[in-house]
Amino acid sequence: MKSSVVVFPGSNCDRDVAVALKKFNIKNQMVWHEESSLPKSDLVVLPGGFSYGDYLRSGCIASKSKIINDVIKHGKNGGLILGICNGFQILIETGLLPGVLLRNKRLRFISKSVFLKVENTNNIFCKNYKKKNIIELPIAHNEGNYFANNYLIQKLEDLNLVAFKYCNQEGKIEKNFNPNGSLNNIAGILNENKNILGMMPHPERFIDPYLSGEDGSNLFKSLFESL
Amino acid sequence: MKINPQIIKKHGIKTDEYKKIIKLIGREPNMLELGIFSAMWNEHCSYKSSKKYLKTLPTKNNKVIQGPGENAGVIDIEDGDAIVFKIESHNHPSFIEPYQGAATGVGGILRDIFTMGARPIATLNSIHFGDPSHLKTKNLLHGVVSGIGGYGNCMGIPTLGGEVKFNSTYNENILVNAMAVGLVKKNKIFYSKAKGINKSVIYVGSKTGRDGIHGASMASAEFDENTEEKKPTVQVGDPFTEKLLLEACLELMQDDSIISIQDMGAAGLTSSSIEMASKGNLGIEINMNKIPCREENMTPYEMMLSESQERMLLILNAGKEEDARKIFTKWDLDFSVIGKTTDTKNLVLNYNDKEVANLPLSALSTDAPLYDRKWKKSLEIKKIDTPKKFESESLSESLKKILSSPNNSAKNWVWEQYDQTVMGDTIQSPGGDSGVVRIHGKNKAIALTIDSSTDYCLADPITGGKQTVCEAWRNLISVGANPVAITNCLNFGNPEKEIVMGQFVETIDGIKQACQYLNFPVVSGNVSFYNETNNNSISPTPTVGGVGLIKNINNMMTSNFKNVGNFIFIIGKTLGHLYQSEFFKEVMNFNDGPPPKVNLFNEKNNGYAVLDLISKNLAESVHDISSGGILLSLAEMCIRGKIGANINMPKVNLNKHEYFFGEDQSRYIIEVKIGHKKEVEKILKKQSIFYEEIGKTQKDEILIEKELKININELIELNTNWFKRYIT
Repeated sequence: MKSSVVVFPGSNCDRDVAVALKKFNIKNQMVWHEESSLPKSDLVVLPGGFSYGDYLRSGCIASKSKIINDVIKHGKNGGLILGICNGFQILIETGLLPGVLLRNKRLRFISKSVFLKVENTNNIFCKNYKKKNIIELPIAHNEGNYFANNYLIQKLEDLNLVAFKYCNQEGKIEKNFNPNGSLNNIAGILNENKNILGMMPHPERFIDPYLSGEDGSNLFKSLFESL
Repeated sequence: MKINPQIIKKHGIKTDEYKKIIKLIGREPNMLELGIFSAMWNEHCSYKSSKKYLKTLPTKNNKVIQGPGENAGVIDIEDGDAIVFKIESHNHPSFIEPYQGAATGVGGILRDIFTMGARPIATLNSIHFGDPSHLKTKNLLHGVVSGIGGYGNCMGIPTLGGEVKFNSTYNENILVNAMAVGLVKKNKIFYSKAKGINKSVIYVGSKTGRDGIHGASMASAEFDENTEEKKPTVQVGDPFTEKLLLEACLELMQDDSIISIQDMGAAGLTSSSIEMASKGNLGIEINMNKIPCREENMTPYEMMLSESQERMLLILNAGKEEDARKIFTKWDLDFSVIGKTTDTKNLVLNYNDKEVANLPLSALSTDAPLYDRKWKKSLEIKKIDTPKKFESESLSESLKKILSSPNNSAKNWVWEQYDQTVMGDTIQSPGGDSGVVRIHGKNKAIALTIDSSTDYCLADPITGGKQTVCEAWRNLISVGANPVAITNCLNFGNPEKEIVMGQFVETIDGIKQACQYLNFPVVSGNVSFYNETNNNSISPTPTVGGVGLIKNINNMMTSNFKNVGNFIFIIGKTLGHLYQSEFFKEVMNFNDGPPPKVNLFNEKNNGYAVLDLISKNLAESVHDISSGGILLSLAEMCIRGKIGANINMPKVNLNKHEYFFGEDQSRYIIEVKIGHKKEVEKILKKQSIFYEEIGKTQKDEILIEKELKININELIELNTNWFKRYIT
């Protein structure tokens, strides 16, 4: 499997995700935002950070960047796209994923470990979570409060497009365990074809048992094993 | 405009100092030159009151690559790797404008780190506010915390530790001390000393605006009721640009284009150009028309004194300009050749083809005023009585009170606004004894801590200075790290007052003694004087940032109790010192008396013994005993591990309050498996370390028979509630 990590000015998780991809044997290259076309890739990763300083609105300027047209084309042709944190915000701004990400309910940046329930394990990103679907990953964001109209939320639920929901250690999905106010405790969603995943938590930060945990590993393993 | 006494005074220059300027340059300076003198001769940049004493601090051991005098200190952590670190204050700006003041404090210290070629891998901060009930405190707390987060989060550098303290001494003068730590290859360190004449001097980064003009002079004067008017002297930060500057600089540093590099921090273009040239014993000539400006019609005076952020000055090898320009253009940053090095040993500024300033560099640097200020010894503390009837206070209620007090309550609300896990190498986040970050791609790590002890330092500056260093040392030991070196930020009042100067002199003496004895040198730091408002000085507050090395991350230690049924040992002797303790302060409302004595001999021996136990895998958890004494430390270990403890009443000849709340130094709590007990005791006996076995870990509650019984969940509630309630 070949991947491309798009680097925008202000991206700051580009290296971390490149390290994770390499660790799980995915051949990766970094792609600068001013390129007009992507190299041949199975997977495109939009990393976390503050692309273009997050000025105007998180992810907004990146969604108009030079490279993004090719990223959109790649996604529309069924290519895999993973957007983490700021990457998720960019996917929303491009329209590849529906809804919006508002500022966190308490209007503060939140950085902490959270529990997540993997709601859909029938996709290329998450299939390795079948055995263990309650996981712990860190979040670190200011705008992760997922919002959409009732119709869209219902559609996401009906079509099983919610990939991750915030929960407690036992997998209970309740308001108390929702760090940022997102509707239905949504932490990550898929597009209808399930080739595009946007998520606020950072799987690339939890890939080592010596550090804080390795619940992020299965996402990269799933991807590697899919091709 | 003609220079008159009023203008001189406005520039913070004393009459004698102005006479000295005339003598040094043989004429009256023009306005621009006066501005330059004011920027270079103020306390913040010149260290004119502190230099004499700073020189006495130990700055070397076999790990130190670079001590004070550069942008930051550097230590060797083996395998060709080095750690660059420094702490700096941003107190005055943060009080005037908390968000931008704190944000640019972080930005400034990060630039000091990557200027030396290091990629920043962690930040820490020590923030001190006034009494929680003071009208300004809550707003300042919100502003400072979101400012620190706003800058560091955007840069993508984890915040690994810090302290948040409240004390009425900071009601009108808060402290914001930020520390940054970077990783560099030992053979790729960059310095600020210029070399060679006719080399291009290059300005990179953001454009120069009118913000922060005279910032360093503002930080060298006390506050009064007109403080609000100083808002325009606070710089405005843009972490996005700094991130670009970081990447561009590190990209350029891959080859050997750069001769020297210096960030534009306090006193901006003035101090950076002067420092580079004077360190290299050269001259420097700048064409002011080449300075990238944000606003129209900026005068050379404004350009030289602006403290606009995210700017750097480079001196490049001949022929490297175009390659360098490409890199900075790629990152959308300004790049302008603004001048050259010369052999005149003068600073020459040209504007519109005219020479507008010409000053000998020596007058601005080596010949700057130095003061041997008068100082007063702090009063010897007479024997005083203990508060009446403290013996009748319930242990249980006292612990609850301490645990839920502003200074001892959990600070998750603060930490959770800082990204702690970006870069993927964080092993211990804030909340433990030290932050721990792995060296990327390796099996080793560094431990980082930041500490201060305001009340101890006020009561006895020498002991307080020593204690602060020892506290940092102990925090590093507790996570299994070998302490290597420190950086310090010395926050004091007006040095022109003999009492304040005395506190400074004595604190330095204490720091010196501890650093010397522990072989724990000072490699960088900063002095912040004039922390006072309307004539009220803050209590002396030295902040110490410590760095230690963990050679093998498998030997890292944590402070949460691990298992039920393990022995609990106290390393170090408990003497029951209650003056200045949390128990006296929080429970008895009693603030008098001396701080606990520091015995450096015990400190060193106990520390190395604990490190020995950790490296032999004989300790399950370790926590130092500091403010709050044995009982608070135990409660913290219970909370962190969600495991209880059954503690025996002391067998020693102390009353229970002295035993459980005394703040004697050089002590640790360790958790030991049953099977390891004999070996642990053998090692401790062999090294003549005083220790006691005080009980065992157990399920669910902390218990002292007939005295205290509290469930872990209640402990957690007590520990977290105060902050939650305060902030909402």
